[in-house]
Amino acid sequence: MIKIENLSRDWKEFQLDHINLEIKNNEYFVILGPSGSGKTLLLELIAGIWEVDSGDIYVDGKNMTWTPLEKRGVGFVYQNYMLFPHKTVFENIAFGLNMRKVDKEEVKTRVNEMMKLLHIDHLAHRLPRTLSGGEQQRTALARALIINPKVLLMDEPLSALDRKTRDDLIREMKELHQKFDITFVHVTHNFDEALALADRIAIMKDGRISQVGDSTEIFRHPKDKFVADFVGVENIIKGVARKDGAKITLIDTGSISIYTTEQKEGPVHVTVRPEDIILSNKKVETSARNVFEGKITEIIDNGALIKLTVDVGEPLIVFLTRQSFLDMELNIGRDVWTYFKATAVHTF
Amino acid sequence: MSALFLSIYAALAATIIALLFGVPLAYLLARNDFWGKGFVESVIDVPLVIPHTVSGIILLLVFNPGGIFGQPLSQIGLTFSDAIPGIIVAMLFASSSFVVNSSREGFESVDPRMEKVARTLGSGSLKTFFIITLPLSLRNVVVGSIMCWARAISEFGAIVILAYYPTTAPVLIYRRFVDFGLQESIPVAVLLISVCLVLFLIVRLLISGWKTYDKD
Repeated sequence: MIKIENLSRDWKEFQLDHINLEIKNNEYFVILGPSGSGKTLLLELIAGIWEVDSGDIYVDGKNMTWTPLEKRGVGFVYQNYMLFPHKTVFENIAFGLNMRKVDKEEVKTRVNEMMKLLHIDHLAHRLPRTLSGGEQQRTALARALIINPKVLLMDEPLSALDRKTRDDLIREMKELHQKFDITFVHVTHNFDEALALADRIAIMKDGRISQVGDSTEIFRHPKDKFVADFVGVENIIKGVARKDGAKITLIDTGSISIYTTEQKEGPVHVTVRPEDIILSNKKVETSARNVFEGKITEIIDNGALIKLTVDVGEPLIVFLTRQSFLDMELNIGRDVWTYFKATAVHTF
Repeated sequence: MSALFLSIYAALAATIIALLFGVPLAYLLARNDFWGKGFVESVIDVPLVIPHTVSGIILLLVFNPGGIFGQPLSQIGLTFSDAIPGIIVAMLFASSSFVVNSSREGFESVDPRMEKVARTLGSGSLKTFFIITLPLSLRNVVVGSIMCWARAISEFGAIVILAYYPTTAPVLIYRRFVDFGLQESIPVAVLLISVCLVLFLIVRLLISGWKTYDKD
């Protein structure tokens, strides 16, 4: 467990201000925030890369605030990998074991195992500059994981990678997290990543933590306008995906079934943008695959736009212009139909 | 011939001393900001811009047997005026900035976060310097040292004032020129140019064959 108490640090004109945070054992914890929010600095303070101005950091109940970083037992992965350019993939991964004076044969076995696990065993003798971004990040992950750290700290580990590589690595990082008894702390500005990976999420802004909770809590009940704007998602529903035909995936949320054209299986988060949902007073024939009947439970007047919550088994947020809202003569408790296309449904 | 040999040998000694003190100083300057840093940087660069005869006069002032450095050092048997240590000091003063500046550039090109990562993997800070930072900036350190060495061999102004004897190659050339004229000074001059040329050729070869890790 990592416990951070009243942590403060000034950094040029920027400051971290009395951060309090608890990260549970073996949790996948994501710190989500816009750039300049201080999330990287916080991560580097946990690692011991900088000294704190005040406050304490505990790892497994031990006060680590002033422990030199080589004795903290934390792994660190940077966005731009920071591989040692003069060492091969094998030597990079073996580095931590060699520092611990592990027997040569054992180093060989363990590094080979680790390379297999991350699918980079064919790259063992290559230098980092000859690798792709994804391969470099896999090497960096392997290098950090091989010393069995108590905590693996990752600073925007996927931000420099292309979409496909990122999706692959997200899946593998989830598997790695299950395989190793290690607490993962992952810093990102990308909320897809947070949704896909996090057990719990902390939202950070201007050097403060503004909200901590699991993904549904944060996305459904943002504590303030900043969190709501930043996560930028109105409709987010948890469910289990399974294939339904060649091109269609069916997501069962427990109360409704949603169709999507994205290919996924297993537990997922579903998002639908409110402007992609069409509302009508009576059932009509459309090409939309997702059709649900529900009651209006909330009406919020935002001026030109009216925000409605329709309970179709899951709460759905829908936006209407003032004119349509008046024309449809809507009020709370009214039964309406909602429509949205399978292509408008995104899964994470 | 012995003058040429003395030049090369004293310059080598000056380079080694410059490396011993210059490399840690370069690392300090590359990684830290501290009060008075600008002053230290200026002191390092000053010998490059002042006339070398002025350097010689400054050195003679502090290193003569009554000077602030000369006196305590003469107690342990080190004399500087008209002695080999004097030649080395004069060379060091003129050329050590090459080692400091070039090494510093090398260290600055190594991302400090890479050192931090090495340390999270269990490597102490001194060890990290020797297995990560130094190998990655070795090219700069080596180039700086060779520049330093070459510059030390060619030092004349400061040596002429601090240690006219024993004779180094540039002083010998000057003396032959003054005493016997152009013809007599040419052989030594040609020899000195040849030695320096060969030196730089070797350096070029070394550099071109040097593995760089940041480029394809």
